[in-house]
Amino acid sequence: MKEQLQKDFDNTIRNLSLSQKDIEIKKFYLDNFINKGFPNRKEEDWKFSDLNQIIKKNIGELSFYSDYTYTNKVDTSAFVDGLEHNKIVFINGRIEKIDFDYEKKDQIEIIDQSETINKFNNNSSLSDLNSAFTNKSFKIVVKKGYQLTKPLIIYHTTNSKIWSKNINLRLNFELYENSSLRLIDLFRDTSEKNFLNIFYNFDLKENSVLKNYKVDKFENKNIKYSFNNIEQDKNSISETFILSSGSNFFKNEINCNLNGEYSSSFVNGIFSINNNKHHEIRTIINHLTENTKSYQLIKSVLEDSSRAVYQGKIFVNSKAQKTDGYQLSKAILLNKDSEFNAKPELEIYADDVKCSHGSASGSLNEDSIFYLMSRGLNYQQSRELLINGFLLDVVEKITDPEVKNLIKNMIGIKE
Amino acid sequence: MDNRQKEIDNLKDYKYGFTTDIENTRAPKGLNENVIKFISNIKKEPQWMLDFRLKAFERFKQLKEPDWQKPKYPKIDYQDLYYYSAPKSMKDKPKNLDDLDPKLLETYKKLGIPLQEQKRLNGIAVDAVFDSVSVATTFREELTKQGIIFCPISEAIQNHPELVKKYLGSVIPVTDHFFATLNSAVFTDGSFAYIPEGVRCPMELSTYFRINASNTGQFERTLIVADKGSYVSYLEGCTAPMRDENQLHAANVELVALDDAEIKYSTVQNWYPGDKDGKGGIYNFVTKRGLCKGKNSKISWTQVETGSAITWKYPSCILKGDNSVGEFYSIAITNNHQKADTGTKMIHLGKNTKSKIISKGISAGFSDMTYRGLVDISSKAINSNNYTQCDSLLMGNKCGAHTVPYIKNKNSESNIAHEATTSKISEEQLYYCQQRGLSAEEAVGLIVNGFCKEVLQQLPMEFAVEAQKLVGISLEGSVG
Repeated sequence: MKEQLQKDFDNTIRNLSLSQKDIEIKKFYLDNFINKGFPNRKEEDWKFSDLNQIIKKNIGELSFYSDYTYTNKVDTSAFVDGLEHNKIVFINGRIEKIDFDYEKKDQIEIIDQSETINKFNNNSSLSDLNSAFTNKSFKIVVKKGYQLTKPLIIYHTTNSKIWSKNINLRLNFELYENSSLRLIDLFRDTSEKNFLNIFYNFDLKENSVLKNYKVDKFENKNIKYSFNNIEQDKNSISETFILSSGSNFFKNEINCNLNGEYSSSFVNGIFSINNNKHHEIRTIINHLTENTKSYQLIKSVLEDSSRAVYQGKIFVNSKAQKTDGYQLSKAILLNKDSEFNAKPELEIYADDVKCSHGSASGSLNEDSIFYLMSRGLNYQQSRELLINGFLLDVVEKITDPEVKNLIKNMIGIKE
Repeated sequence: MDNRQKEIDNLKDYKYGFTTDIENTRAPKGLNENVIKFISNIKKEPQWMLDFRLKAFERFKQLKEPDWQKPKYPKIDYQDLYYYSAPKSMKDKPKNLDDLDPKLLETYKKLGIPLQEQKRLNGIAVDAVFDSVSVATTFREELTKQGIIFCPISEAIQNHPELVKKYLGSVIPVTDHFFATLNSAVFTDGSFAYIPEGVRCPMELSTYFRINASNTGQFERTLIVADKGSYVSYLEGCTAPMRDENQLHAANVELVALDDAEIKYSTVQNWYPGDKDGKGGIYNFVTKRGLCKGKNSKISWTQVETGSAITWKYPSCILKGDNSVGEFYSIAITNNHQKADTGTKMIHLGKNTKSKIISKGISAGFSDMTYRGLVDISSKAINSNNYTQCDSLLMGNKCGAHTVPYIKNKNSESNIAHEATTSKISEEQLYYCQQRGLSAEEAVGLIVNGFCKEVLQQLPMEFAVEAQKLVGISLEGSVG
């Protein structure tokens, strides 16, 4: 893999107009990645999902160079219907379109950051890989007091032009005081066997609100890793919802630092997977000051020989008195070959806190099915009703009604 | 004072009276094949036992010391330890009660252990290893009548080689982790119990472990086998003298339960925890593992961990037999600079297996407490169930409480439920108690005992009383 990396790196650098210093920095990250390689199960954070093996099994040899000199045609039919929205369109990792048509132009700033390589709060080798190979990167700034009128949908589209490729993306968001942003990551792939490596950084200033929705619904054979770092100032709120379903492998990581008082973070997630899919959500909520709050709810429905992993951590440092932290994960295993692994973790150094977690996994309750069947539903209907109810609980946590409806329609949940 | 002096003198005589029974030899310092041969030789072990040790030692040489645990400790120089040692000469021991930290004396007074007993616990007079053997001897006749074997493991190797050979290392193989393998190579003594088919052991079997000499690692090995349809309840207690240096205690405990058998293993661990500034104390790195080998078998661990500078252990159950049951009840209390990383592993292999984990952690002062556990339901273990509850109580903002459960469910017909909470004693509860005339300290004691009740109930009567008092005492000075 090393020669491939070196060769692809040289090609990538050639297409970018970087200063010598930036090239040095990128080289440094490349060397780091070459040293560490893809994460494997020996690393505690990857204990349940051995990415190295998964890539070997699903893809084989990866290549890391993408030719971004030509443009892809944006397929407008792929856009979400019935919901007016701003767009950022990635096609095969290249930004093809940035469109904030519904917003006041002077309230949103888009800064090309391709030449500054910012460090991520993540010491996995994937962060190094991303820093070494990422192409264009932008910073999106929402100005003080501005609340976007329409949600922003980021389309992550891949098509059959790419094969066995690694694609690295990164975006930075900064939400100034009293601003708000609704963001939907929508994954749509017609390609197969690629590895997407996505890094987002969010900086939430005082009183700002971020609603961050990730929707991986459409069937595809790609492997994805997404890392979101969220820094939160006083009174800010972040809400993250993850629908983890379509890809062959998807690991979503949310790292949230509650730096300011009265800031709060909500992470809700659904795993709805079948076949041989393997999905993971890992959350780290760091309560770093007084009076912060976090809430997490993860529900899984696992069919066939699918496998879901939830690793959630609540960290409370000694200054963070009056912390309220809650975490719950529930899984329904529908097949004898399905598997659910969880590691809900609490690390607490302050005494005046209220922290709890719960985790449960098991089969569909036969008594409930019997109850429904005795009232005239057939087995299939009863089963669906129960599963829908189980998942609806999480969807209902979405605070934005428009997005909630969109997601309900996508999963096919009826009220 | 005179009376006390007299009693101490009495005890001294008592002690001296038994020195003949205690070996006073020390193996050369360091860890090598010769030392292992020395241990094996002094115990007059058969060749197969020596081979077992050497095999473990070969393996040990290839192993690296683990470092994933939460409490970090300075590197142990394994060549700087004595691996076999009888207690140091009497001169080296505290001559009288005045030499002891008055706090410790006070502690035991509060425990309500009679002075005679108190001295035994303090290590002034009676060697507890000796004591444990003598307890066994006292009841041996009665036990033998029922066919129960209860003796030091070194004696069992001589007298019951067929049993030891069959079961030793069957739960913790010589190829296990670092400390377990070290123990397999150099273990010195411990207890052996065998309960024959269909026998319900009429009394609690008990051992009192002590660390005596300085610079010595203690490696004892306990093996308990409950044959078909039998039942046994086993108690273990530990104390150690106060020393400024840290001492290593790496014991192995193996339990084997055959068809329909039940083993109940209770521990009250009160090793010397180090002084107020965290100097000294025992490193308690123990491997405890039970195998529910037969169907309908049951193993239940109950532990009250109040001592040791660092406690690092995970009493585990391997639920191999169909319908077998594993239980783990734990109270872990850390104060001052103590650290604990403890929990359990429940490995479900057989059908219809059940496990239950109740863990209560209390940390105060500058201490750090971690619950780390594994529940693993394999794909063949259909219709299995686990219930886990781990609660932590924090006192003060200089301490930490952590929960790290690993939950693996590979089977759609099994259920796992896990719950954990972390909180502090509420002002309302304290106020309520104080309003009714309790002092702040008493109130905390009462609330903590309520918090621990679920676990304390699992302990045999005599132990429960002692444990309850220990709980109160361990937390002394952490309020206000």
